[in-house]
Amino acid sequence: MREKTGRSGSGGGRGGGRSGGRGGEKKDPQRRTLFRRRKVCKFCADKIDDINYKDVKLLSPFVPERGKILPRRISGTCAMHQRKLQTALKRARQLALVPYVTE
Amino acid sequence: MTRQYELVYLVSPDATDEQVQGLHTQVEDIVSRMGGQLDKTENWGRRKLAYEIGPHKEATYVLAVISGTGELMKELDRRFRVSDRVLRHLVVRVDVETRVIDRTRTRRKAGSERRRVARGLPPERQPGEGPRIEEVEDTGFDGAEV
Repeated sequence: MREKTGRSGSGGGRGGGRSGGRGGEKKDPQRRTLFRRRKVCKFCADKIDDINYKDVKLLSPFVPERGKILPRRISGTCAMHQRKLQTALKRARQLALVPYVTE
Repeated sequence: MTRQYELVYLVSPDATDEQVQGLHTQVEDIVSRMGGQLDKTENWGRRKLAYEIGPHKEATYVLAVISGTGELMKELDRRFRVSDRVLRHLVVRVDVETRVIDRTRTRRKAGSERRRVARGLPPERQPGEGPRIEEVEDTGFDGAEV
């Protein structure tokens, strides 16, 4: 019963016979248990074919406070759509529909 | 070689409606003179700018969809560069994109119809069928999750 708290329960059947392991990999199994929302590409999910630079309402969620384009590792957008989104945002920036930077 | 282009330009907020209209007739003029065709025009009216352009905080947006040659767009581009009443302008070629989009849409539709027929259903989705599409205003994506 005096196991380290971090690795209780989560691993299931795996790693049962590892009694001597100390420290080592304590972070990894714990991470697995953290709840994380499955990220899906918004454009794939909603079947949005046309990522248009004129559609500010569509683009604005991908422009955080600072004005940078939201990276795909955070938004979950797929590569193809991120590429399209990027060109659309850059065009929108030229027309002052979307900011370059905001302080 | 005619292609379809979109032209968006921002007119300074100091310009009167007549001046905006005048600019538009100029565009029409050039387009017809150089053998193009104006497919659509939209005036978005005054909008707030996302950042200040010189002293201006808002501008009148005008969109024109034009079929014509590259030469025509070059001429328009040159004119807008020179004009000091136009704050910004953007020319984008759109014909290829729209074609691709149309194709993906028709393909998707055909695919779903085929699958529905294979399942013994009518090709179109019937009202009240399947999971109801929630009518939530689309803010589902809040961006800031890691």
